[in-house]
Amino acid sequence: MSGARWLNLRRGFYRFRRSWLSMVGLVIVAALVLVALVGPALVPHPEHVAGGINTTARFLTPSASAWFGTNELGQDVFSLTIAGSRVSLLAGISVVVLAAGFGTLVGAVAGYYGGWLDEALMRFTDLMLTLPSLILAMAVAAAMGPGLGNTVFAIALSWWPGFARLVRGEVMAKKADTFVIAARALGAGTPRILGRHILPNIASPIIIKMSLDMGFAILTVASLGFVGIGVKPPTPEWGSLLSTARGYLPDYWWTAIFPGSAIFLAVFGFNLLGDGLRDVLDPRARR
Amino acid sequence: MIVPVLLGLSLLVFAISHLLPGDPVALAAGPQATKTEIAALAHELGTDQPLPVQYWSYLTGLLSGDWGQSVLTRRPVLADLRIYLPATLELVVAAMALAIVIGIPAGLLSAVFVDRWPDYLSRILSLGAISMPRFFLGLLLQLGFAMQLGWLPLNGRYPIIEDPPPFVTGFLSLDALLAGDPDAVWLALTHLALPAIAMSLSPLATITRMMRSATIEVLQQDYVLTERALGLSRWLIIFKYVAKNAMSSSLTVIGLYVGWLLGGSVLVETVFDWPGIGLYATKAIVTQDFMPVMGVTLAIGVVFVLVNLVIDLLYGVLNPKVRLG
Amino acid sequence: MALLEIDNLHLAMRSFDGEAQVLNGISLSVDKGQVWGLVGETGCGKSVTGLSVARLLASPPARYFGGAIRFDGQDLMQADEAAMRRLRGRRIGMIFQDPTTNLNPVFRIGEQMVDVALHAGATDPAILGLPQGAPRRARLAAARQLAIRMLDRVGIPKAVDRVDDYPHQFSGGMRQRVLIAMALIGKPDLLIADEPTTALDVSVQAQILQLLYDLVGEEGLAVLLITHNLGVVAQICSHVAVMYAGNIVESGDVRSVFKQPGHPYTRALLAAVPTVQSVRGALQDLPGAVPDLIHPPPGCRFAPRCALATPACAQALPAPVPVGPLHSVSCLAVGAAA
Repeated sequence: MSGARWLNLRRGFYRFRRSWLSMVGLVIVAALVLVALVGPALVPHPEHVAGGINTTARFLTPSASAWFGTNELGQDVFSLTIAGSRVSLLAGISVVVLAAGFGTLVGAVAGYYGGWLDEALMRFTDLMLTLPSLILAMAVAAAMGPGLGNTVFAIALSWWPGFARLVRGEVMAKKADTFVIAARALGAGTPRILGRHILPNIASPIIIKMSLDMGFAILTVASLGFVGIGVKPPTPEWGSLLSTARGYLPDYWWTAIFPGSAIFLAVFGFNLLGDGLRDVLDPRARR
Repeated sequence: MIVPVLLGLSLLVFAISHLLPGDPVALAAGPQATKTEIAALAHELGTDQPLPVQYWSYLTGLLSGDWGQSVLTRRPVLADLRIYLPATLELVVAAMALAIVIGIPAGLLSAVFVDRWPDYLSRILSLGAISMPRFFLGLLLQLGFAMQLGWLPLNGRYPIIEDPPPFVTGFLSLDALLAGDPDAVWLALTHLALPAIAMSLSPLATITRMMRSATIEVLQQDYVLTERALGLSRWLIIFKYVAKNAMSSSLTVIGLYVGWLLGGSVLVETVFDWPGIGLYATKAIVTQDFMPVMGVTLAIGVVFVLVNLVIDLLYGVLNPKVRLG
Repeated sequence: MALLEIDNLHLAMRSFDGEAQVLNGISLSVDKGQVWGLVGETGCGKSVTGLSVARLLASPPARYFGGAIRFDGQDLMQADEAAMRRLRGRRIGMIFQDPTTNLNPVFRIGEQMVDVALHAGATDPAILGLPQGAPRRARLAAARQLAIRMLDRVGIPKAVDRVDDYPHQFSGGMRQRVLIAMALIGKPDLLIADEPTTALDVSVQAQILQLLYDLVGEEGLAVLLITHNLGVVAQICSHVAVMYAGNIVESGDVRSVFKQPGHPYTRALLAAVPTVQSVRGALQDLPGAVPDLIHPPPGCRFAPRCALATPACAQALPAPVPVGPLHSVSCLAVGAAA
């Protein structure tokens, strides 16, 4: 890495540390990752996470023994909410990685080759962008049947066009740079030029978009769960937990408040972090 | 540009709906249906024809006002949309109006007080608002304002026991106004309030953020210094001269959000049992009834394209250079 | 008492790297009917001097730590924003460098001018030719008429038709005329012109200078003309102050300063102006660079680049020494010779 670039990064991280909002985001996301990794193993009632029920302990109010109370099946809401972090995080990351991977492929090919291929791919991408993404994801997820994998695939299917547009623009800008022309003059093949010379140089906007998209991806997973398409119980998914709890308002409010707040907190953390990262990696976009 | 977009959209929607696994005809025929009965239904619906033939008949149907039939309800999709689309549009219009009316001054003020407490407050609030799931916010609003305080109705567009005003535009509040019935206007608006707020929060936050960054940029322009040097008051400069310059970037967001809210209306409609296209599409999706889903998608496409045409015109109003070419 | 008196003004500007000593005690007095040229290189503090007079620098980052600015006897350093607004656009007019960026692009010029006229009329109803407390409609109509008259005045042809045009429909020179018209709507006593011709084509520059020259004569304005162009000073200024790194190093009437420049920096500046007589390649360069204002050199700030510098020059800032009836120079070498 060149000196100037290193200096820029250091300045960026300085700004990041100075911005306490970004630090709050980092703390929330770190906590979320930690909870997702170790939480499900440590929860008080792992049997509820696996789908076990306890009809003698239905709708207990939050207390020292059940912090978030229990739900209509007598399951510990705290255990379900904690376990839900792994589901949401995994789904969110998978959506963003899948979408970024496919979008980058489409965008890089379109931007690098140009011509009719670019035209065709981008027309298609634009059409996909006009489609209402939530309806598309719902339709695909419903047709493929319940399950986390299907949900992730359905959402990623409506997610990649944004990445394709971004990558195409960046590739087109870098294509004309001297180092790319030099590499081509030295006889490097197209995959090598794209993979070794262009993509590493456009990594930061892709990473920024991925981090900015994470919160929204988690939100979309929860949305699908909430409308009843996608992950089904007993998988403890925040959106579907909230959907079930909705029927028991206002008396058993805790069954809704805790999973709902968990969604908000996770999305908020990623949004704060994404905003901060954008400041670090993309000084142009500041303010 | 509306024709190619809709042509492409219809082709894409058609392709996706036929690529998906599942057999909607078998589903519609019912679990007891025999193979011959299913085949008969398929023949009746035309789904036994080759795909290009099916698409052609779908496309010609679209143009002649026949958007297909719902397999389950056996009602024309266009007739259903006539009822459900205005309901959703009313919600989206109300939400966007709230978002614009609050978001533009909030963004301006945030930029004026940049890096001081009103700015921090509005930045935290707007980032929080963007992160808030609309369906969770909806539930919280219901819990607070409908269930606990009892100030506003819990759900629906209008009390079931009352007769709604005669159908003219499909916007209940507008129809009530046209009927000259102030009580009905009030009823329609109180039902509209909570779902509109739930839906407006995220565009409100985005408009605030866009307006903030655009204003910060405009405030650094030379003409702002000139205006100050000419003695114009700070508020005249900000709310007239700066605001008009900063508004064009928010306009883009507004255009995008209308499409996004239409497509995502299901989340708020589910919470508030609001009989719009979102709920309609969800029911159709769950039963793999594709004609309504395609109809809803196309309708959203049409509205989206129309809204962006209006936005383009508004650009001209805000920026004379665009208008005069 | 002069119309504008700047007395030993000190100004620091906070930046990412530290606090720059931008104005290091400058004094200047401008009288009615005088056209003062404030010349110097980029970053010497001439623009911030103009902005300081109108109190248009945001603070922070600007910090005044000494001196005074008096306008018609009123101490502007003590004036609040409301008091300054009564002066701006009314008794103090300003025009800036780039007419393409100084007009708000999304408003008709008439609308912008009407607002300026209404503001000026609010402090002095006579400007609109209306009695105190005239109805808003009458004020609006009068403001529009005034805008058209002013456009006509600065030489915009068919002003009645052009008043409803947008800035981009005017050429650069015409836009600068519009800005001059705006600055003069309030019938100011003092006009601060910050590089008013720099961004214009050479042929247009001369027209704008001629316009300014005529207006100054007709209105009896006092003018502070900020420029880096000695040719502009020679054409329309009666007096000139030469700035270097936050100090006025020499000031006086244009004739005297240009004929007998006292300060080594002024001499270098004048020598750098190509003339018809100058020999090709004879332009001389000044060695060294403008000093870092965050850590300015002690004493005379020009000393590190000065051929005549002695150790004494680094001891203290030289005081202005009169070398003619109106002409003074801040240089130890000149003081010793005098």
